[in-house]
Parts: sequence; C-alpha cells; structure tokens
Amino acid sequence: MNSFADLPKSGYEVRPKIAPDGAPLGELLEISIGPHHPSTHGVFRMDVVLDGETVVKLKPVFGYLHRNHEKIAENISYLSSMPYTDRLDYFCSMTNNWAYALTVEKLAGLAVPERAEYIRVIMAELTRLQNHTCLIGFFAQDMGALGTPLMYAFREREKILDLFESVSGARMMCNYMRFGGVRVDVSGEWLAQTKKIVSDYRKFLDEFETFLTQNEILMARTQGVGVLPRELAISASITGPMLRAAGVNYDLRKVDKYGIYRRFDFQVPVGAHGDIYDRYMVRVLEMRESVKILQSALADIPAGPVMDPKAKLRGFRPKAGEVYGRIEGPKGELGFYLISDGSPNPYRYRVRPPSLINLTILEDMCLGQKISDAVVILGSVDIVLGEVDR
Amino acid sequence: METLEQIKARIEPSLPLTKIDLLPNECPAGERSLVVEASRALAVAGFLRDDAQLQLDYCSNVTGIDWPETVIKTKVKKKVQVEGVEQEVEEIVETLRSGHLEVVYHLYSMALKHGPVVLRLRTENRTDKTHLPSLTPVWRGAEFQEREIFDLYGVIFDGHPDLRRLLMWDEFVGFPMRRDYVAPDDFEYEPTPHDEVLAAARKHYPVAATPEVKPEVPV
Amino acid sequence: MIDEGLQSELKKQGVYVTSLQELYNWGRANSVWPLTFGLACCAIEMIAASMARYDISRFGAEVFRPSPRQADLMIVAGTVTKKMAPLVVRLFNQMPEPKYVIAMGACAISGGPFKQGYNVLKGVDRYLPVDVVIPGCPPRPEALLHALITLQEKILNQPLTGPDRPRHLNADVPGEFPVPAYGPHDLEPPNNPNLWQPPTLTR
Repeated sequence: MNSFADLPKSGYEVRPKIAPDGAPLGELLEISIGPHHPSTHGVFRMDVVLDGETVVKLKPVFGYLHRNHEKIAENISYLSSMPYTDRLDYFCSMTNNWAYALTVEKLAGLAVPERAEYIRVIMAELTRLQNHTCLIGFFAQDMGALGTPLMYAFREREKILDLFESVSGARMMCNYMRFGGVRVDVSGEWLAQTKKIVSDYRKFLDEFETFLTQNEILMARTQGVGVLPRELAISASITGPMLRAAGVNYDLRKVDKYGIYRRFDFQVPVGAHGDIYDRYMVRVLEMRESVKILQSALADIPAGPVMDPKAKLRGFRPKAGEVYGRIEGPKGELGFYLISDGSPNPYRYRVRPPSLINLTILEDMCLGQKISDAVVILGSVDIVLGEVDR
Repeated sequence: METLEQIKARIEPSLPLTKIDLLPNECPAGERSLVVEASRALAVAGFLRDDAQLQLDYCSNVTGIDWPETVIKTKVKKKVQVEGVEQEVEEIVETLRSGHLEVVYHLYSMALKHGPVVLRLRTENRTDKTHLPSLTPVWRGAEFQEREIFDLYGVIFDGHPDLRRLLMWDEFVGFPMRRDYVAPDDFEYEPTPHDEVLAAARKHYPVAATPEVKPEVPV
Repeated sequence: MIDEGLQSELKKQGVYVTSLQELYNWGRANSVWPLTFGLACCAIEMIAASMARYDISRFGAEVFRPSPRQADLMIVAGTVTKKMAPLVVRLFNQMPEPKYVIAMGACAISGGPFKQGYNVLKGVDRYLPVDVVIPGCPPRPEALLHALITLQEKILNQPLTGPDRPRHLNADVPGEFPVPAYGPHDLEPPNNPNLWQPPTLTR
C-alpha cells in the first residue's frame, strides 16, 4: 500500500511523475471527485490520481452522510428503530425492514404466520425489481444515456411505489414489517393489482433489454471493464449481484433459506467474467427470477392472520443474548447484529452494510482503467449512501 | 458444521500456547462465540480460514463493542440458618467488570456454505491498551470495517494497511460510539419546553432575564 | 404604477402594458434552474419529481445543472451532516445571484429523525438563508412542486427598488456566507450568528 499523507485535501493538484531512477516522466493529476458530483450517486468522494486519463490511485472517502443510525438505535427501543431502517438504503425500505424484523425474531424466538411470510416475500421481491430497474437506469445515465433509461425505470418504479403506498401509507419509507409479522394485511384488490403489475413486468423487461442488452455502446463500455476476480471477491466479502457476477454461486435465499424461500423454484444467475456487463446481466436475470417467485407467491398466498399473537409491540424486552441475522437484499447481504442486555433498548446495534463493503474493492477494479470508466464501475457497484455511511 | 467444542479441541493442539474460551449465549438462536487472546488472533484466524473442514473464507461482519467498567448485580440463592430453621434467601452479589473494547468477527464459508463462527477479540482496557491485531491480512473484507471501528471506538489495529478515520473528519477528537461520549451541545429547544425537556433546555440556554420586554415605540 | 383596471382593459384590446419589475420577475420566476444536488433520501423524491409522472418541467425548473455556476436554486434534499455542511455552504457561495434555497424534508429543516446524532447538523438554516421549507420525511414530489410554486410567488412579488429589495440588488448585503471549519468536536462556528440565533426560553 502507498502512503496517503500526500493526497490533496480537496480540489486538484498537478504533481511531477518521476521514474524509479529519478528521471521526470511527465505529470500526474490529482483530483477529488465528489462529494458533490452528478455521478457519485450521492455524497461520496473519490480522491483519484490520474496519469493522463488512466487511474493510478483511487481512494474512496466516506462519511458525508454519516447520520449516526447505530448510536441513535442504541438509545431507543427495538421497535423505534424500525422506521430508521427504512432510511438506511432508501431504495429498499421493505428488505431493510425484513432484515431487522428477522434478526429480532431470532433474538426473541418469535414465529411468523404463514400469510405474513408470503407478504414479506412479495414485498422483498417487488423491492428487488424496482431497485435493480432504477440501478440500471442510473448506471446507463453514467454511461451518457442521459435521462431516457432512467425515465423508463422510474415509470415502472412509480407503479411499484403505488402498491407500497396503498398498503403501508408511504411511498418510500414504508415501516411495514413488525416483529412477528407485518403491520397490516393486504386486500384482495391489492393482490389482484400486484398480479397485473407483475405480469406486465415481463413485457417491460423485454422492452428494456431490447434497448440495452445488445446495445453497441453499452457492450463496448462494459465488457472487460472493471473486472473483479473470483478470489478477490470472496476475500473482500463482496456479496449480492457483484459476487455472483464474479462467478460465485452464493445467494442467501438458497443458502440460509430464510422465510419460506425453500418453497419457491428459482435459479441463481451467475456470471462468468466478473466485468460490468456480467453485473448488468445478473441483475436483469435476477429480475426475471423475481417475477417467477412473485407469480408463485401471489398464486399460493394463504388466508390467515398476519401477526404472531404472542408478539408484544409495547414493553418488548428480549432476554439477554446476542444474534446476527441476515437476508439477501437487492444490494447484497444485509445483516443486523444485536446484543440485548434485557433492557428495552439494544445494548449494541450494528448494521452490516452491503453497499459499504462492496465499495471497498473500488480501487482494485479501477486501477489502470480510464477515468470515464471509473464512473461506470462505481455505477455498477450499486451503492446507496444512506447505507454506506449510515 | 462442527460444534465450537470440536473446533476448540482441534485448534488448541495444532496451535500451541493458544487458549480459547467459549462465550455462552442464552438467546434462542444461541450463537456462541470463540474468545481468543489478542496475541494469538492472527494464527487462529489463519487456521479457521485454511482448515479443510471449516474453510471460513468469508468474513461477513466486523463489529466494535464498548464495555465500560460496570458493577454487575446478580441474584444468588443462598441457604441461611435463621433461628435454627434453614431458609432460602436471595442475595445480590456485586461483581466489578473491568472495562474493555471488543471486536466481533462473523465468519462464514462460501465454499461449504456454512456458518457462522463468531470470533471475539478483547482489548486490555479502554484507555491506553487498546491495541488488537488486524485481521485484514487474513480477510480483506475486514479492512474498511476495522477502519470504522478505529474511527468510532478507538481500537488500534496493528498491521492494518491504512488506519485512518473513515466516517468522521480527520481533525475530530474522541470516539463517538463509545458509551460515555458526550455529543456537542447544539440542540435547539422550543421556546416553551415542559417537564424533563425543560430541565435539559435550562442547562443549555440561559432563561431570558426579563420576559418579553416590549420595545419602546417612538411617539 | 399603472392602474390595474386600465391594464386589463388594454389587454382585452391586445395591448400589453407591464412594468419592468413585473417583466423581470416573470422571467426569473419561470426559469428557476435547480442544482443537481442530492444528499439523502429526499433526493430520490427530487429525481422522481423530475421524471415523467410529476414532470417538474411544467414549471420551468427541469434544467438540473450539475455546476453551481449555472444554477439558481439549491434544493437541500436530505440530511446535512457536519462533515458535509462546509461543502454545502461553499456550493451555495459558488452560485451566482439571484439564488434561492429550498430546505426539503425534516432533516434539512431541523435534523429531523436524526436530530440526536452527533454528526448531524440541526437544520441547514444555521448557515444558509432558507427561502422555502418543505416538511415531510421524505416530502412527496407534489410537495416539492408546491414549494417551487411558493418560491415563484415569492420571486414575483419582489420589489426591484426600496429597502425591501432582494439581496442581489442590494450591494450592502453579502451574497456569500462564511464557511464553517472542522473543529475537534463540532463545526466552528456551530452556526452563523447573523442568520440564526438559538431561541430564548420563555418559561
């Protein structure tokens, strides 16, 4: 590793490039991309050293959205943290809710009724659909397709957000899951509406793929760019579509089989090259699998209660102990680590943020690439800064 | 996967001078953990990763925990002779727990798809002896999470490639996630607070000396 | 000022009479270009407002500029952390006058749900002059459109002369604001005393 004391604090700087024997070799340009930059997906900063247009060093700088989620959660009750989890990864509030509810259920030993399990699967897969769709829109925007793919993506996202809103009351911050079930039941009309949107989603994916998958520019910009080798991906704890694009078949829906995922028949798409194009394809194929899961979940959903009658919303004090729970979020393994000391507040509340950990190998993927590719590589990682910095 | 007792029984003979404690966990999921001395942590971590039966190649989560010095009260039932009759009396025993910082690693295996094995390291105290070996050479994924723990808890990881603050700015002093950290007092209270908020607000802002003095209107 | 009855009578005859002030404000109000500046969750709703369903371009504000040099409006969309606050002020200083600030969402107004955080700025109004605030967590895109319309009304009613004239027409009022520095525990200074004072207790 190099030393970091010589990186600029902000702005840019030109430094002489010197060969190992001391001869001058031209100039190196040091620039700071972000925290306000249209392609950094939020307030993220990269300190980049460029030789011409080639990246020779890249250091991510975090913390511009560090809003102390963990500290706040340690001072409030278990249930009060639920709305805060919405704001972690603000594209996927439903899966965040599920990960937290699942962890507390493990901690307190609560059971979840059958119908609630189905509703959770439906919500999580809808979240996966809208997250991946929007990500591909943003990522195409990073490559210069200004607006158009994003417009298509947000058109579909609005339909899914309407579903979330009609059941939970909020478009983005749903706060829907509870320990031992979900907050309110879904209606028959809601299920019918969801069925219609899900079956239309295939058509949308076909349309989206017609424009993107065989697109000359997309292929030229992404194939063989930002390659992440399999061994590095495992050692650096990469999860989610990034890991599967690198060729590792590791999907927590298959490994842990949490919830009722063992009942659904679906495949895990795995890439071969680990480049950006594979990441794109893995996401598209995952969306098609999600549609399959959704269709069978919507067909099989049983009637019944949606809350465990033993679950206590008020005065909830789990016994002392600790637990780590995790689910396969759209971005990767989202985990919660809770330590209870028997009081109403968790003693320690830790979020395992997939976005942050997937970002840690950004430098390895960007070294030797052009600066314009570094932006696309960052786009393909799929980060949300609320989760990176918490 | 093997139980923790089996893992412990295999590590201790193969890595001499290593002593491993098992930490119980009473919650229904019951994930117990291996407590390893700081000096032997790298060797144990290497063993857990490379052992053919475990292959814990994936370090999922690294957590820092602050345990300040506290008095733990436990109820103990005791048999006491009261006037010749044996009675059972509950007695509260106070034990002093020394303060320390703890780092917890959750390990899984991507190759064999099992886990977790929970590994815990503890510092000697919270003030000057807060050094622990960095496990980044074993699992690259620990790098940024260890930096975060250094930033928020003040654990110094020896052998870490780039130990700087991650989330707070470089000029920041103190470790905000520690339980005794006092945040800067920049709250803004409503002008008419009640109850306990009033007491907190009084502490922060001086009460107006004279309530509502009307400005003199020139005639 | 021209008589309003006469003005509308002339309008019916196809003669448009206006004052310089109205023309100037009308032009400015209908081409407010926001800065592409998203901080957190609210930024997603800001993007949603600029997409097909809510279509912010109906109000002349769809031209999101990536550079502060070309922007008129800063929508502070999300939690301003202490680490980010100096950069927000610097970005605002880089914008040319006339410029406006919309504080979007509870976090930008007061710290919102994250108010207890040690790294959260309790309201962007401690450093910047906020024109319109939108409550909500996050506010819906319709609320952002409403805030934009409110801002347009504010611009339309600004006098060009006199003591109440806006900041950009008054050479005595500075358009730049001091950028706070990172201190050992907090930002220094913790607020801009010319813009914001802590409230005094009345009981």
